[in-house]
Amino acid sequence: MLSAAAYMPLCPLLGFLILLAFGRRIGIKYSGIVATVAVAASFVLAAISWTGLLGISSSKREITQSLFTWLPVGSLQVKVAFLIDPLSITMCLFITFISTMIHLYSIGYMKGERDYVKFFIYLNLFVTAMLVLVMANNMVLTFVGWEGVGACSYWLVAFYFEKESAAVAGKKAFVYNRIGDVGLLLAMFIVFARVGSLDYTTIFAHLSAFSPLTATMLVLALLLAATGKSAQIPLFNWLPGSMEGPTPVSALIHAATMVTAGVYLLCRMSHVLELSAHASLVIAIIGALTAFVAATMASVQRDIKAVLAYSTISQLGYMILAVGAGAYVAAIFLMIAHAFYKALLFLSAGAVSHGLDGERDMGRMGALRKVMPWTTGVFIVGWLAIAGVPPLSAFWSKGDVLDAVFRHYPYLWALALFTAFLTAYYMTRMYTLTFTGEARYDKPGADGAPALHAHEAPWVMRIPLLVLAVGAAGAGLLNLPWVHNFGLEEFLSPVFHGALYNPHEGTSLLWLLAIVDSLVAVGGIAVAWMLWRGKVSAANLEPDFLTHDWYWDDLYDTVFGRPGTALALFSATTIDEKILDGAVNGVGSLAVQSAQRLRRIQTGQVRQYALLITGGMAALLVFILMRVF
Amino acid sequence: MSIPSSWYLILAALLFGIGALGVLIRRNVLIMFMCIELMLNAATLTFVTFSRTLNDIGGQADVFFILVVAAAEVVVGLGIVVAIFRRRSTADADEISSMEG
Amino acid sequence: MSSMMVLATSMTIPDILVFVTGALMILVGAAGVIVAKNPVHSALCLVLTLFGVAVLFIEQQADFLAAVQVIVYAGAVVVMFLFVIMFLGVDRTEDVHDEPLMGQRPLAIGLVLVLVGSIVALGSEAKWSGGSHSVVGINQGPYQNVANLGKAIFTTYLFAFEITSALLVIAVVGAVVLARRSMITNAPRTDSLGNPLGATTDFEGADR
Repeated sequence: MLSAAAYMPLCPLLGFLILLAFGRRIGIKYSGIVATVAVAASFVLAAISWTGLLGISSSKREITQSLFTWLPVGSLQVKVAFLIDPLSITMCLFITFISTMIHLYSIGYMKGERDYVKFFIYLNLFVTAMLVLVMANNMVLTFVGWEGVGACSYWLVAFYFEKESAAVAGKKAFVYNRIGDVGLLLAMFIVFARVGSLDYTTIFAHLSAFSPLTATMLVLALLLAATGKSAQIPLFNWLPGSMEGPTPVSALIHAATMVTAGVYLLCRMSHVLELSAHASLVIAIIGALTAFVAATMASVQRDIKAVLAYSTISQLGYMILAVGAGAYVAAIFLMIAHAFYKALLFLSAGAVSHGLDGERDMGRMGALRKVMPWTTGVFIVGWLAIAGVPPLSAFWSKGDVLDAVFRHYPYLWALALFTAFLTAYYMTRMYTLTFTGEARYDKPGADGAPALHAHEAPWVMRIPLLVLAVGAAGAGLLNLPWVHNFGLEEFLSPVFHGALYNPHEGTSLLWLLAIVDSLVAVGGIAVAWMLWRGKVSAANLEPDFLTHDWYWDDLYDTVFGRPGTALALFSATTIDEKILDGAVNGVGSLAVQSAQRLRRIQTGQVRQYALLITGGMAALLVFILMRVF
Repeated sequence: MSIPSSWYLILAALLFGIGALGVLIRRNVLIMFMCIELMLNAATLTFVTFSRTLNDIGGQADVFFILVVAAAEVVVGLGIVVAIFRRRSTADADEISSMEG
Repeated sequence: MSSMMVLATSMTIPDILVFVTGALMILVGAAGVIVAKNPVHSALCLVLTLFGVAVLFIEQQADFLAAVQVIVYAGAVVVMFLFVIMFLGVDRTEDVHDEPLMGQRPLAIGLVLVLVGSIVALGSEAKWSGGSHSVVGINQGPYQNVANLGKAIFTTYLFAFEITSALLVIAVVGAVVLARRSMITNAPRTDSLGNPLGATTDFEGADR
């Protein structure tokens, strides 16, 4: 049964190839089905592998399946091989499941698009790359998947490439990712220099090869990679821009899967993270700060997808914070729950805008609950889940994270708690603006846009929404604190052995924290309800500083953008034209000029040639004379 | 038999030098040719001197062949001069300089 | 000069006299060749030089060569020179005062002096091979010069001898061709009927 695992990335790859070769011929009607079936097949294989893994005793759940040797270079043997252990199977399971749901949704959402087939081609390729990333048994193959998802993200964000803003956003996403990739490369170099091999199992067996300083540098390099991929400070600006892509893309890539790759990498290298306490502190600080900053930015957005984008950054900050506090299982738990409810929220936002012919400004929505009951229902589930209202999934998962942080870094716990309050606040604001209040969509817009007619989403879009709603609500069941025999923690603990917090201690403390979490969540909802009920905009609640993203983009533009452009211009005009072209042309003109000077010897005068001959003869004789004397 | 061969050799060197000087200085093609003949004669004088010194008839045989070749060379050379003169009506070596760079 | 080999122990007065005469003829003639303005004067000075060389040949017992030198060189080659001088114009003199090329004269004189000086210096310092060892054949014996020379040419150097006779033929043919070409350009291009003589260059086969 376990041998099925190696075929998991193969199914979406096959889908990609089939659509690439025959997509046009198959036609729009069947391409979407082919793509969805491919991803669903890999989900089935994931489930099969999971049952196979369960059949092995928990201490030995670490199987490597090698396909072939890719880079045999002396002592470094890099294979294309998959590591099947609880962590990778967990990731595969929820990745494939959510991908299947989103593929199904896209069949309805992308109907009528000109590039329908291309969309599914990219989506399948993305799932392949993500599976390779998650299942790889060595850092190089992880990097391959890492780059693959980055490339697919670029293609999908710039899907409407004729729009200037979409193309720019695609480039921005890719460049920021690339900056983070430097971190992963540095980490690989450090590991190879110390350990000599890039396989995870070998690395973890040779942890003593890292001195404390090396371990800190390695972890910081990994953190750089994670901030690039998972949109943390200082590389988070790309995620709001990537909302230019179609909504399923935002749901899949920028909520559920690609952005979790950074967290996954850190969890996979958890043994190394344990070696450096300073680096873990840095990780936690970055996570907490990002969560807070992004939550403040989300509180003032007017675009329905932008709120969710900043919310994603904020929730990823929570996950990174958990990793920094050493609570890897909590991070994975939150990742799974977040995948469900964030995908749900994105897809329902997509249903809203699809129903309003593409309108995304919340100022033009309102009272949609009367026209789109199903969408409203699932949105409420997602809203309450993310706010952390018990007994929905985020209450348990975010609660686990906050518990762990409380134990390690109390100050960061306070910050994270305030961020939870803000989370409830901005989600409630989003709900009231969109679904309650007066209907603003059937009046002409502020800039003369015509009135819109709202309609509910078709069934092919509603089914995934409902399934995800069930998941968002019930994902908390995966890791209830009082259930010890089965659950995510038991499943994952062998992977992180020794690094877990112990949830069995201090039950009263746990109850106290749980009550605090619930109060914060409800309080946030209440405050937002009171402030935003019936209102469309409130200037004092939306200060400029926040709407301009704390001027972060402007900061980067001034520090990096303008000097970079100036340097590029200087290089293009001065260095390229004058120095390089001058050197190359100079060689040519040197040849020409020296030839012109040398040709003056050929005067055509016989007597001068005779003179030269005589001169040569005289020189020869003098030379011989020198030798003789 | 009794004159030291060094005298002959010095004489031949002087003759050679005068011939070389003539080639370099005179502009008339025919006179340049005659100076080349002077140089050849200097060589033949040297050959004969060494033939006597080394008691070897090969030196004189070489002179024999030098004579033949010099004659042939003069024939062809003068033919070329005639051909050039027909085209350009000049016998000045400085004027025939079209093969220049 | 002391390391040079001397074949006889004494110099007689007639020897010296003959040598000096021959040397004077050679040098005066050579100087005359390069100094004379009129090419005919140069040719006559060349004859003087050639006679001087012949005298020195006889002095060195190279009788046959002396005769051949006079007959071939002075008799045939210089006559050819004179023919061509007549052809080009007897009174065509060259202006020896002007030297159009820059630095030619000083450089020429300097280099030739270096040349001659180094030849002489090398000759005096070099180590000559001593002793008589004949490679081809001996050179001594009364009235043996022609016989020895003949033996050498027709046995050892037979191949070279044949080649040089071929060379002479080639030279004659070359001279004929060189001299003849310009006559073709003056010849009539069409015959009396108007048909073109010689090869036409029209390969297309157009009707004329």
